[in-house]
Amino acid sequence: MTAILEMRRITKTFPGVKALDNVNLHVEEGEIHAICGENGAGKSTLMKVLSGVYPTGTYEGEIVYQGETAQFSDIRDTEDRGIIIIHQELALVPQLSIAENIFLGNERAKRGVIDWRLTNRRTEELLAKVGLVEPPTTKVDSIGVGKQQLVEIAKALSKDVKLLILDEPTAALQENDSRKLLDLMLELKAQGVTCIIISHKLNEVRYVADRVTIIRDGMTVQTLDAGEGFSEDEIVRHMVGRDMTHRFPEHKRTPGDLLLEVKNWNVWHPEHADRKVIKNTGFKVRAGEVVGIAGLMGSGRTELAMSIFGRSYGRNISGEVELHGKPIDVSTVDRAIAAGLSYVTEDRKTLGLVLDESIRFNTTLSNLNEVSSGGILNRNEETKVAEKYREALAIRTPSVFQKTVNLSGGNQQKVVLAKWLFTQPEVLILDEPTRGIDVGAKYEIYTIINDLASQGKGVVMISSEMPELLGMCDRIYVMNEGELVGELSAAEANQERIMSLIVSE
Amino acid sequence: MKVKTMELANGEGNAQTEKRTKGIAEYLKSHLREYGLLFALIAVMVFFQIVTDGTLLRAVNITNLLLQNSYIIIMALGMLIVIVSGNIDLSVGSVMGFIGALAAVMIVNYDQSVLVTIVTCLIVGGIIGAAQGYWIAYWKIPSFIVTLAGMLVFRGLSLWLLEGQSVGPFPKEFQIIATGYVPDIFPAGIGAFFAEIFDARRINSLAIFTGLVTALLTVWLALRQRAQNKAYGIEDEPAGFFWARTLIVAAALIFIMFKLSQFRGLPNVLITMGVLTVIYAFITETTTIGRRVYALGGNQKAAKLSGIKTERLTFLAFTNMGVLAAAAGLVFAARLNTATPKAGFALELDVIAAVFIGGASMSGGVGTIIGAVVGAFLMGVLNNGMSIMGIGIDYQQMIKGLVLLAAVIFDVYNKNKQG
Repeated sequence: MTAILEMRRITKTFPGVKALDNVNLHVEEGEIHAICGENGAGKSTLMKVLSGVYPTGTYEGEIVYQGETAQFSDIRDTEDRGIIIIHQELALVPQLSIAENIFLGNERAKRGVIDWRLTNRRTEELLAKVGLVEPPTTKVDSIGVGKQQLVEIAKALSKDVKLLILDEPTAALQENDSRKLLDLMLELKAQGVTCIIISHKLNEVRYVADRVTIIRDGMTVQTLDAGEGFSEDEIVRHMVGRDMTHRFPEHKRTPGDLLLEVKNWNVWHPEHADRKVIKNTGFKVRAGEVVGIAGLMGSGRTELAMSIFGRSYGRNISGEVELHGKPIDVSTVDRAIAAGLSYVTEDRKTLGLVLDESIRFNTTLSNLNEVSSGGILNRNEETKVAEKYREALAIRTPSVFQKTVNLSGGNQQKVVLAKWLFTQPEVLILDEPTRGIDVGAKYEIYTIINDLASQGKGVVMISSEMPELLGMCDRIYVMNEGELVGELSAAEANQERIMSLIVSE
Repeated sequence: MKVKTMELANGEGNAQTEKRTKGIAEYLKSHLREYGLLFALIAVMVFFQIVTDGTLLRAVNITNLLLQNSYIIIMALGMLIVIVSGNIDLSVGSVMGFIGALAAVMIVNYDQSVLVTIVTCLIVGGIIGAAQGYWIAYWKIPSFIVTLAGMLVFRGLSLWLLEGQSVGPFPKEFQIIATGYVPDIFPAGIGAFFAEIFDARRINSLAIFTGLVTALLTVWLALRQRAQNKAYGIEDEPAGFFWARTLIVAAALIFIMFKLSQFRGLPNVLITMGVLTVIYAFITETTTIGRRVYALGGNQKAAKLSGIKTERLTFLAFTNMGVLAAAAGLVFAARLNTATPKAGFALELDVIAAVFIGGASMSGGVGTIIGAVVGAFLMGVLNNGMSIMGIGIDYQQMIKGLVLLAAVIFDVYNKNKQG
């Protein structure tokens, strides 16, 4: 085997920050090479250097690609050489069709006139390669994230890819979609495409990767073979710099009285008036209890939570919400907050934070009355509150005046949590609370959740990661097509049981 | 609540947490926008002062400059809030003209009292703003469309109301809104004393004292702010910069007031403008409603899910804009001493330009009252200076357009460099 890519002593500095410090990466032709590291370790920066987002000259070090020293000036340049990167946030135009997206900027055209027949035929070939059964004319916004991911890969294949880089490709995917994607990677490997995959999910790394390079604090820690003797614990140890024996913090819970009960809940789709999204369902949460909601994406978990929280989703909503056995008014967000509910959104960047504003601004946003009198803000008080939560939740930042856009995913999530804790809720609904954040930060979020439960708060945890639900929850509801189809206690729950409840419908 | 964090998280080596001692150059780089605006204003003033042989900063011209731009500044206050909330209002020029027309018809044709007219006009302005805000806030119709429609409707309404004629003149007590001066409350002897010292024909001591008091107030507030920031360890402005900036502003206040004192003293409009500016700066910076407007413009969905009544805020922003446009309409009509069907034509563009030059962002969530006011002054000085130089309206338009473009390019460039 020969090396297709050799990155030597790559150093990249931003004003005041050394993002990469003498990083070395050696990728063999035809292998799947995983890159692991905590958020902020420098993985994405390294890939931006490789893909020409940061052109030659803006970093130190050397890139040898296919045996020659490369001088990439921009993304086009690297794409012409067969290096294609698929970012975490997909770069598709939702209003355009699959075919239009695949050949965007690379149209099958003669003198500017597009040959649609050729375009669609080529698209069909490419879709067949990635195992996607959809007509080429389907609009991208009408297919799910998993399929969109496949469209991105088909787009990469259309450009004669030699080195495919996938940045956390399964972060937004369900188990079965993830598996399909990983299998596709193995297939591409068989066809001679070299892949680099960035992932937090170690079981996936173990499944596809030949070798793993671990990056920590902008430095290469080690490259390991992912074959025999590969241990997840070892990788985690390298990633965080020490042993991590437990992925979930210890907890002992004794749930108390019934706290929240949702009954006969019905929600209709906001646009399609004939579609019922939540079908006469309900659930209970006891004080000091962590209740999980499992289910596939699109099963109605987020819709259920958002419709309860101030009717933020859907219409013709009916049903009762009771707290301590008494009905509460949750018809608007501020009433739901006043009644003691909190909802931590699934997407912290677009729904949770005002990114251009500071930690302090975001922390107090949902409860400004607490830090003001007569409508006039007490900014010293605000600072105190923000500092208190920074310390309590261990938000890592130079100061609470830092803009939240500059924080890592885990710290952003903690700011969102701080915002909701400051409203003094009795019940917190957490929608995918650890999505896209690294192992260490996940552990801290879990600790916070345990802490809330021990204070007697009720926690509802919606998650696509089954191990997380199994490791954290006292009870797990399984949701499918708008209904809670099953309920398992911590003792009886396991991945197989949950899956079988989902598929038994 | 205290969460035990895992020690494994990177306690050391986090380059971002390292407290960096910023050099002056670096500080300047990260605050280029604020200083840039101030420098630009000073540079433009110095330039015109030289090429107009000192006409620009003559007492009478400074007074004129303030009067000419008063209605732009009054509207810029409301426009800043509208733009920060993530919207735009294209109707303000027309609304301003319409209110002027309404005032003229009420006073001149129907003999209403000045007070009744003023109150009615402000209320009508509020209703106009509310009517537009209703569609924007509760029906989610883009503000661009609603206010574009409003621009046409109210332009037409003023024509209809005035029957295509100019209506005027106004009685004295209405004119003083725009052209009156605050009487000198100090004994004439003090004025004469000052006149002697400065070798001036006459001196309005109230203006002098106002200048001194506002300058001292500015310095005191700046020092207090700096002390507070220091207490939290977030002060990073080098002392030299702080003093230069603060003293320039204080000196400018004293200088302007000194100039005004040599003409006719403090124009009523200046007081209105000053008070409104302070009130709106206070609202945007230190009230819950101001805070919520920034959250709304910064991320509407997050704001809504944080329990903020985003619709009501948008509605209020436009209602407020209507009232301010009405106030500007009264000032404008009083200044011209007549209402014409053309009044306020294309003025919305000057107002919007001022807000953007002042650093507001088209996408909402960013912008300051002070920035908008300075932006308006910058445009005003350009207009005034070029007019004194006798530059044709053709070149004036082109130059103003390029200044707006340059300011926004500068913003985007800065933002890209930081990101």
